[in-house]
Amino acid sequence: MTCDEAKILLHALIDGELDAGHAREVEAHIAGCASCAAEAADYRKMREAIAKADLRYTAPASLRQRIDAALPKAAPAPVSNVQPLPSRRSLLRGFAMGSAVSALAATGLVAIVLRNDDQQLIESEIVSAHLRSLQPGHLIDVVSTDQHTVKPWFNGKLDVSPPVIDLTAQGFTLIGGRLDYVDARAIGAVVYKRRAHVINLFVAQTSRTARKPAKIETVQGFNIRRWSDRGLNYWAVSDIGADELAEFGDKFEAAAQVNKEG
Amino acid sequence: MPVNISQDTSQGTSQDDPERARRFREAALPHLDDVYTLARYLLRDASDAEDAVQDCYLRALKHFDSYRGPAMKPWLFAILRNVCRAEYARRASAPSPVLDDTPEAAEQTPLWHEEQQTPEAEMIRERDASAIRRIIDTLAEPFKETFVLREINNLSYREIADAVGAPVGTVMSRLARARAMLRSAWLAEQEQPK
Repeated sequence: MTCDEAKILLHALIDGELDAGHAREVEAHIAGCASCAAEAADYRKMREAIAKADLRYTAPASLRQRIDAALPKAAPAPVSNVQPLPSRRSLLRGFAMGSAVSALAATGLVAIVLRNDDQQLIESEIVSAHLRSLQPGHLIDVVSTDQHTVKPWFNGKLDVSPPVIDLTAQGFTLIGGRLDYVDARAIGAVVYKRRAHVINLFVAQTSRTARKPAKIETVQGFNIRRWSDRGLNYWAVSDIGADELAEFGDKFEAAAQVNKEG
Repeated sequence: MPVNISQDTSQGTSQDDPERARRFREAALPHLDDVYTLARYLLRDASDAEDAVQDCYLRALKHFDSYRGPAMKPWLFAILRNVCRAEYARRASAPSPVLDDTPEAAEQTPLWHEEQQTPEAEMIRERDASAIRRIIDTLAEPFKETFVLREINNLSYREIADAVGAPVGTVMSRLARARAMLRSAWLAEQEQPK
């Protein structure tokens, strides 16, 4: 990597917008280049100083009132500073927009080096798919608590064979499987239950075979545990707590490991 | 997979529909401080900023039916930029720079040009809010805007690109230039402590 490239990309590094591979490359360059290292250090210090100084402004109450008064009155209009949970409708609206935005994002050189921001879009699609599945009659295409029934059901429906693992003994009951669509592609969903909560485990093919450790994120109030293993991407999504979802993922991965070795 | 939900929003296109106004309030009002912050940086005047923000919200309400996401903040920022553009035009007597999406001369000069002038051993030190604001104000418009959206409004590169209607690559190069210029200005300010 040349200094010219590094001097642009180190900003994306500082901002956490680089994918892991390029982040390593930029870090390697910085490690061996005093000039780029000095710049990066200064930018980090500036950023810390800026964060500390709190440079935001607060809108005057009079402005808030003026705007509020100018808006048509709703019957009971609770005006709150707290961001409300998005309604299902607004989730779907974001979802409809997703593919157009990803198509746009797919163009251009930077899409290659930037951390996959599409990930965010995919995750909001995953949440939308999860929400759709909770609608009456949408949760399961093949109802079975038997992994040997659910797994063959996917054959011929997908270009991958999602591992279907019964985790009933570990506290997560397998209740079936479903074909879903995320990012304009068919995707397998294996459905589990934990008490009254549904866990959708979405499985899709990826070109990367390297194992990617799990990451838990919260999107629109739902927890998503994402990981990759042996050419498959996994997203477990549910409204159960992050700790329980982590437990689910750990148990699934442990069982998958045993299956592979056994 | 695109989901057709247009019928969802077709109901109640009237400006006075209380349900629509309620949804707008819930979606847009939580971002008031963010919008006001950007307006303050772009217009550098508290009362102009208030007017611009109010105008922005009224325009946003008017166009709320065409809002399809994904994120409310970049959408509001994009509207605010248009309002500020009008304000710049109104101020035309003053030699105030105009928000411009076309690459400016400044943007085409090599990024690491001014770096030569920065003193070698000088270190970035902490400054108080008013000093930092003063330094940020020295930036030319497209750089200041990108920098504020990133560092103060906390938008991702993609969201900034949406808000300013420029490719992500442009956002990256503006941000790199903004930080390079800020670094010079910051170090220069330290040279002459008050």
